[in-house]
Amino acid sequence: MTSLPTQPTKKKLGLVIDLDICVGCHACAVSCKEWNTQGYSAPLSDENPYGEDPHGAWLNRIHTYEADIEGERSTVHFPRSCLHCEQPACVTVCPTGASYKREEDGIVLVNPDTCIGCKLCSWACPYGAREYDSSHGVMKKCTLCVDRIYNENLEEVDRVPACVRACPTGARAFGDLGDENSEVSKLVADRNGYGLFEEFGYKPVNQYLPPRPRRNSIVEGAPAALEPTQASKAQTKSERLFQWADRVLSR
Amino acid sequence: MLGSPNFMTPKIDTSPVIADEIKSTTCYMCACRCGIKVYLKDGTVSYIEGNRDHPVNKGVLCAKGSAGIKQHYSPARLTKPLRRIGERGRGEFEEIEWDEALELAASWLKDIRATAPEKLALFTGRDQSQALTGWWASQFGTPNFSAHGGFCSVNMAAAGLYTFGGSFWEFGEPDWVHTKYFMLFGVAEDHASNPLKTNLGKLKKRGVKFVSINPVKTGYSAIADEWVGLRPGTDGLFVASLIHELFKADKIDLEYLIRYTNAPWLVIQDEGAADDGLIARDRDGTPLCFDQTTKSLRDATSVDVAPAAVGEFTLDDGRTAVPSFQLMAGRFLNDGYDPETVAKTCGIKADVIKRIAAELAHCAFEEEVVLDVAWTDWAGRKHDKMIGRPISMHAMRGISAHSNGFHTCRLLHVLQIILGSIDCPGGFRYKPPFPKPIPPNLKPAGKMGDVKPDTPLPGSPLGFTKGPEDLLVDGDGTPLRIDKAYSWDAPLAAHGLMHMVITNAANKDPYAIDLLFMYMANMSWNSSMNVPGIIEALTRKEDSGDYTIPKIIYSDAYFSEMVPYADLILPDTTYLERWDCISLLDRPISEPDAVADSIRQPVVAPDRDVRPFQDVMLDLGARIGLPGMTNDDGTARYPGGYSDYIVNHERQPGIGPLGGWRGKDGDQVLRGAPNPDQLDKYIENGCFWFHELDDNQKYFKHANKNYLDWAFEKGLSDRKDQIIFELYSETLQRFRLAARGHGCIVAPPQHRARIETYFDPLPFWHVPFEEDMVASDEFSLHALSQRPMAMYHSWGSQNAWLRQIHTANRLYMSAERGRQLGIDDDDWVWIKSHHGRVKAQVRLMDNVNIDTVWTWNAIGKRSGAWNLDKNAPEAKQGFLLNHIISELLPEKPGGYRFSNSDPITGQAAWYDLRVSVTKAEPHDNPRSLPEFDATTPPDGVAALRKSTVKETP
Repeated sequence: MTSLPTQPTKKKLGLVIDLDICVGCHACAVSCKEWNTQGYSAPLSDENPYGEDPHGAWLNRIHTYEADIEGERSTVHFPRSCLHCEQPACVTVCPTGASYKREEDGIVLVNPDTCIGCKLCSWACPYGAREYDSSHGVMKKCTLCVDRIYNENLEEVDRVPACVRACPTGARAFGDLGDENSEVSKLVADRNGYGLFEEFGYKPVNQYLPPRPRRNSIVEGAPAALEPTQASKAQTKSERLFQWADRVLSR
Repeated sequence: MLGSPNFMTPKIDTSPVIADEIKSTTCYMCACRCGIKVYLKDGTVSYIEGNRDHPVNKGVLCAKGSAGIKQHYSPARLTKPLRRIGERGRGEFEEIEWDEALELAASWLKDIRATAPEKLALFTGRDQSQALTGWWASQFGTPNFSAHGGFCSVNMAAAGLYTFGGSFWEFGEPDWVHTKYFMLFGVAEDHASNPLKTNLGKLKKRGVKFVSINPVKTGYSAIADEWVGLRPGTDGLFVASLIHELFKADKIDLEYLIRYTNAPWLVIQDEGAADDGLIARDRDGTPLCFDQTTKSLRDATSVDVAPAAVGEFTLDDGRTAVPSFQLMAGRFLNDGYDPETVAKTCGIKADVIKRIAAELAHCAFEEEVVLDVAWTDWAGRKHDKMIGRPISMHAMRGISAHSNGFHTCRLLHVLQIILGSIDCPGGFRYKPPFPKPIPPNLKPAGKMGDVKPDTPLPGSPLGFTKGPEDLLVDGDGTPLRIDKAYSWDAPLAAHGLMHMVITNAANKDPYAIDLLFMYMANMSWNSSMNVPGIIEALTRKEDSGDYTIPKIIYSDAYFSEMVPYADLILPDTTYLERWDCISLLDRPISEPDAVADSIRQPVVAPDRDVRPFQDVMLDLGARIGLPGMTNDDGTARYPGGYSDYIVNHERQPGIGPLGGWRGKDGDQVLRGAPNPDQLDKYIENGCFWFHELDDNQKYFKHANKNYLDWAFEKGLSDRKDQIIFELYSETLQRFRLAARGHGCIVAPPQHRARIETYFDPLPFWHVPFEEDMVASDEFSLHALSQRPMAMYHSWGSQNAWLRQIHTANRLYMSAERGRQLGIDDDDWVWIKSHHGRVKAQVRLMDNVNIDTVWTWNAIGKRSGAWNLDKNAPEAKQGFLLNHIISELLPEKPGGYRFSNSDPITGQAAWYDLRVSVTKAEPHDNPRSLPEFDATTPPDGVAALRKSTVKETP
C-alpha cells in the first residue's frame, strides 16, 4: 500500500465539466491525447493504429448515452477522466509507491519509473479512469497536464490543461477546488455541481455541472398560441387581406 | 503483500521546453478554417493548438484539428507521381518523375484546348482555392468546372443569394451576442463547426432558448432546450406553418417588409400573357408600387412613397397588378399550412408549431434589442439607434440536401424576413463581402459561341442566372455543360453538379469528354451516389477497347478509393506543407463585424516527392500557354508558384486574392497594388488579416449607406444601391413563363410541367421526389447520414486517433420501430432502397424520429484503401448508404431520367433516400455488404505505413 499525504491537501486542483453544454465532440479527448503523447505521459501508444483493432491509451474519453433526466429522454455526453480524488483508492492500492497524490496541489500521478504495470490501480479505481499502456507496460492517467499548468515556457493564459484549452463550447474549467473563492468553486456552488458517485467516499475533486433546466415549454411572456386577427377569420380572401389595406407605411 | 512505501513526491519537470519553433497557419481538417499554431520539435510536428487571436476559432480547436498531426503523418499519403499500367481499378501503377507527369498532362490538355476545350471536365471537390481553379478553367476555355458545392449545400447558398443576398456560414451568422431565440435546422455539425459550438455554449450560459429541428437528437441537438424531431424533408412544411400562424395573427413586421423587400412591388396579373407574374415596371425598368399618398403608380424604390401592401391596381396599359405581399399573404394564409393540417406529415404535434410561432412573435416584437449606435440608411436618413428583432437561425446541409431544399431554404429566409430579423441586432448578420446584389451580378460563361479552341471563356464558368437567356443550352435546349448545370435540368445551378459528371460522361450525355481532371473528392466512393454504378462508369469501355472516359487525372494527397481509377496521379501535399489563401474572391473567413481573410504557409517541407496542387495548376497553365499564366514571351507568369500568384495576381486593378496589406507600402485595405511583403505581414499577424468595420456599418448592411458606399469603394460590391430582398422571385417566374412557351428561349416540352410546378416565385413545400416516386408502403423509412463531429469525410476515418473514436458505423434506428420490425440491438439487417441494398449492423436508440434510420457517413471504406489493413473494421463492419442512393430518379413517362437533385439548383438530394429495413438471416456472414474487391496501395505508399507507424511521435 502507498500512503496518502498525511493531511488533506490544501490546494485541490481539478476540472469542472459542464454537462449542460458538452456536445460530445471529442475535442478535449484528442487534444489530451495530442499533448500527452509528447508530454509527461509520452508516448501514449496506439496499438494497430491502421490495423484491424485500433486502440490505444487515452487519458480522457467521451461517452454518449441516453438517459431519463427530469422526465425527458436525454442524450448525454459524458467526458470521463481521472477525478483526482481526495481519497484515491488507486494510490492506496499501489504496491510500489508509483501512484501518488501530490501534497502541493492534490494531483494524482503515476511515476513511470517505479510503476510495474500490475494494474491493481485500475481495478481499484471506481471510475475506470486509468489506462494501461501495453506497449510500455505502465499505467497512465490524467495528470491535469502537470507539464502545462506550471510551465513557464507557456503564456500564463495557456497554463491550463490541454482539454480546457481546446474545448470549443467552454464546457471545461480548471482551477483550485480547495479554495472556495476560486472561479471553479463558485461555478460549482452556483450550478449545484456534484462529484461522481460521492457515496463511494473517494471524495473526487473534479466536479460535474448538471444540465440546466430545459426551456422546452413556453418562453416567459409568450402565449401558447397566437390569436388570429378578426380579419383573418373572414370568409373571403379580400376580407382577409383587408387588415393590411389601411396601413400607410413609408419606405 | 508488498511493503508499504513511504509517501514521497518524485521530482518532475513541470516546465519542459514545449517546442523549438511555433508557426501559425490555417487548419484544413474540415471546412471551418480555424487558425492554428503548430509546434515543431526536431523538425517534426509535435503539437497543434488553436490560435487565440484568430477570428474563427479564438483559440479553441476541435477533435479533427488536434488530430491534424496524424493526418500530416498519415501512411495513406501518396509519395510520387503515378502512371496507371494495369486496368483501371486494379491499382497497378508505375512511379514517374514530375517532369514526365506534367509533360504528359500538358500534352493531353494542349490537344483538347486546341480542338474542343469543353472536352476537359475539371472538378475540384473540397477545394479551398476555387478562385484559382475557376479562373484556370476559364483561361483554359472549358465551361466544365465546379467544386463540390452541388453535392454539398448549394440549395442553402443559392436560396439565400436569390432571396436576400446572403446565406449562412461564410455568408452570415446569428448575432450571437444579442439574439434571444435560436433555431437550428438539420445537421449542421460540418460547417462553421467551432464557431457554432462556442456560441451554443455562450447562448446556453446566457439562458437563450435554443430549439433544434432535427430527426435525430445527437450532438448539438442533445443540448437544445427543445428538440423537434420531425420527419426528414418536412422542415419546409414546418416553417411554412409557422409563417401561416404569423400571418394569421398579423405578427409580421410590415414596416420592415415595405422598407427592405419587394413586398410592395406590383406583380402583373394577366393570365396567359408573356409577362404574367413579372414585376410591373416603368419604361426604364424601374419597379412600380401603388403610392397611398398620391394614389398613383410610382417608382417602388424611391424614398418618399407610401406603398400599398394589398389591393388591386390598374396599370397604365389597363391591366391589373397586385403587390407581391398580397400574393404572399394568399399563399401563407392558406389552410394547407395550418398546424393541424401539417402536423401528421411533419411527424410532430400541432401545438408545438403553434407555440413556437407564438414564441417567435413574442421575442421578435416584445423583446426587441436596441443599440445606441447612430447610422445612416441608404437614402441618407439618419437614425439614432439600431433596433433589432432578436430571432436567429442556422441551417446547412440538413435542409439543403433534399429535392425540396431550395424552396425549404427560401421558406426559412421568408420566416426570418417577415419577422424583420435580417442584419439587425439580435437577428441574422451578414459577413462581408455579403450582402451581394440579388442575385450577384455574375453570369455563367459557356454559352454557344463562348467555347472556342485556344481561347479563354469570356467569364467565369460559375455564376447566377436571372432568366432563360442565361442558360447554357443549345438551340434545342440540350445542356452545354457535362453536368447539365444551368440547363433546364438545373437552371440555377450556382455550384454545378459534381455528382453527375461521371455518370453523364460515361453515358456521353449530353456529349463525350476526353479528360476528366479531378481534385480532392473521393468520387469512386463516399462522395458519389450509386458507388457500384460510378465504378462501372469509370471502367466502362467502348467496342474499340478504349475507356469511354478516355483519360482521368486525379490529384489528392492520399491513397483514397478514387486513386486506382485514375490514369495519372499528381500527388498533393498535406495542408501543413503548402501555401493557400482563404480569399475574398472565393470563400473568405469574414465576421459580421469585420472583413477578414487568411493564408496557409508551409510549416514543414514535404519529405516525399509531392507538390501542392495549386503550384501544379499554375505550372500546367504555363506549360500549355494559358494567357493569364504566361508572359508575352511565353515564360511562366508566376514562376514562384502559388505564393507568387497569391501576392501578384490581380483580378481587377488593385484587387487580388488577399485583401490585407495591399499597396507598395502595405498600408492599403482591399484595394491596392501588389505588395511584395504581403505574405510576411500575414505571417507576422498569425496568418490572417482582420479589418473591423466602423460601428455605424455593422448592421443593416443591405441598406446602410456607410457600409454600401465603403463596400463599393473597396470592390466588395459592384454597386452602392440598397439591396432589396426578393421575397417574390421574379427570376423563378421568368423560367416559368418560358415553360409556358413565352419568350425567345422556351423550355423543351419534357421540362415544361416540371418548371411550371417548381419555379414558383413564392416558396412552397412539396413532397421530396424519391418519396413521391417510390412505393411508400414498401420503402416506409427515411435513411440519413450525418458526419460525426470528430471526422470530416474519408480523411477522418483513416486517421489513427479519430478511427479509435468511430471505428465502424452502425445503422441507428428507433427502439420502438425496432420492436415493431422484430429487430434487436446488434442484429444485422438489410437496408433496401429502390436502387439496391446494403447490409449493416443495428444500434437501437430512443431519440430519433420513428420513421428515420441513420448512420455516420464516410466511415465505411473499401478494403485496402487509405493503406488501412485489408480487414479493417471500416471495411468489414463499416458501410455506406451511398451504394443505395441512385444518382438518377426513377424513369418517368417519356423515358427521361432526371438527376436525383433539386429541380432548381441541381443540389444532390442525399437525404431523400427511402428504405425498408429487414432482419438478415442469422446464418448470414456477420459483416457489411456489398463487398468490393480489395485494393492494394502502390509500393511507395505501402512502404510509408511501415515507417510512419514506427516513427511518428
